[in-house]
Amino acid sequence: MQIPFALLLQAATDMSARLNALEAAAKSAQSAGDNAWMLTSAALVLLMTGPGLALFYGGLVRRKNVLSTMMHSFIMMALITVIWALVGYSLVFSEGTPFIGGLKYAFLNGVGTQPNADYAGTIPQGTFMIYQLMFAVITPALISGAYAERIKFSAMALFTTLWSLIVYFPMAHMVWGKGGLLNAYLGGSIPTLDFAGGTVVHITSGVSALVCALYLGRRKGYPAEPIKPHSMVLSVIGACLLWVGWFGFNAGSALAASGLATSAFVATHLAAAAAALGWMGAEWLHSGKPSMLGGISGCVAGLVAITPASGFVKPMPALLIGLLAGMFCFWMVTTVKNMFKYDDTLDAFGVHGAGGTLGALLTGVFATNLINDTAINGKVVPLGLVDGHAGQILNQAAGVGISIALAAVGTFLILKVCDLTIGVRVSDDDEEQGLDLSQHGEEGYTLEA
Amino acid sequence: MKKIEAIIQPFKLEEVKEALKNIGIDGMTISEVRGHGRQKGHKEVYRGQEYNVDLLPKVRFDLVVPDVRLEEVVEAITNAARTGKIGDGKIFVYDVAEAIRIRNGDRGDAAV
Repeated sequence: MQIPFALLLQAATDMSARLNALEAAAKSAQSAGDNAWMLTSAALVLLMTGPGLALFYGGLVRRKNVLSTMMHSFIMMALITVIWALVGYSLVFSEGTPFIGGLKYAFLNGVGTQPNADYAGTIPQGTFMIYQLMFAVITPALISGAYAERIKFSAMALFTTLWSLIVYFPMAHMVWGKGGLLNAYLGGSIPTLDFAGGTVVHITSGVSALVCALYLGRRKGYPAEPIKPHSMVLSVIGACLLWVGWFGFNAGSALAASGLATSAFVATHLAAAAAALGWMGAEWLHSGKPSMLGGISGCVAGLVAITPASGFVKPMPALLIGLLAGMFCFWMVTTVKNMFKYDDTLDAFGVHGAGGTLGALLTGVFATNLINDTAINGKVVPLGLVDGHAGQILNQAAGVGISIALAAVGTFLILKVCDLTIGVRVSDDDEEQGLDLSQHGEEGYTLEA
Repeated sequence: MKKIEAIIQPFKLEEVKEALKNIGIDGMTISEVRGHGRQKGHKEVYRGQEYNVDLLPKVRFDLVVPDVRLEEVVEAITNAARTGKIGDGKIFVYDVAEAIRIRNGDRGDAAV
């Protein structure tokens, strides 16, 4: 029997149309899945700043400074968002020099529902933009732990604005922006591995925190008078919210609802758990009692340290990184801080600077392409020492060094500018009265109301 | 009339209240206070920073009783509040010059 040619042609056209439709449907399904996870992750990362960090830090200060401390976190959610929409996103993620991006996306021009294939090909660029914004929000909020209880609100706002422009945006561009100096995947000349922000977020904020603590000087009465946390309960709630939000931070950094997201999620959780035990255990041996504050400080230290490594390491190295981070940060805030007598009020440097550095270096040891097989220039390459690439540790060290230098110099200059224009520290009387009343005219707890 | 000021361990509040109720004392004022006597306080450690907390939470009873009831009230409080350990607190007794019930102007023993 002969099939007429016209019929055959018809069948072939039908088949191809159906294949195209199927392909489009599969693509749209992946996009829907990825977008759902990334929007959720963006919300989770915002949750880390408020209420997470606001509660964590708010509980650790004295009752007279609880609102001002929470305000430091909260106001970043508003202030950084505006800066990000105007120029921040563009300076980080549009192409420019190896050090800072250009103005192509200024005012979010062209940032809409179409994906940006350089970064995340399956989600709208608007999703990528809003997700990355949440990182820019929490990073300066972390620094507030160092200047809490003594900075002027106006100086804090100016500092934060300048810090984002001078430290965060360049650093984020170098590590994550296309053509950035340290970007391992998009043409950087020093290929640094930083999955979710060990250098960009934690080292920059931690080192800047130390510079702030040194520049502002100690709080009145520190360390002779007792300055205790006013509500450990708030801090525990805050730390647990940080733990939960961190899944968006690290697993979301896969930029897709992928297996890599799962692997980062698992690594994140394991590190947090091991670090809580590490800090608490060290404390138990050292001072005789395991404390709640030790537990939550440890968990945050572990989350910090696993951040750069989360999308590159297997579960057992994740446990080890967490455990080491818990013990190392315990030593930093108890022994090293007391040795030098600086007043890093809430240990932003001891936890984020130290934990971030440890994590960034250990990423160079444990990163493996068995976990992350993203191709570099079209081929899968060995990543860390465990893949036989010892040189990665040097790349990591270079990334660490650059972020420390940029953060230290940038922060010092910005503080000088703030000091010469509006002054950074409140008067002795205002500090004595508490920042809630002196800066904001309100109180956290009004018992007679 | 005597005023009895008893400073006791906070966890003994209910027992002392109960003991006073059992001997027919209805009126009292209770406040949460902080202080210390020979009890030395305790040590707290936050991230390796040690604090000696020497002002400890206590509960203060203030009540005024007719002279004849003084001894049994003091005994009731003492028995109910005692654990035998340091930190149990103290009782102070003062003379009261006058007592007036605001509602109807009763004075003296009738007012307490």
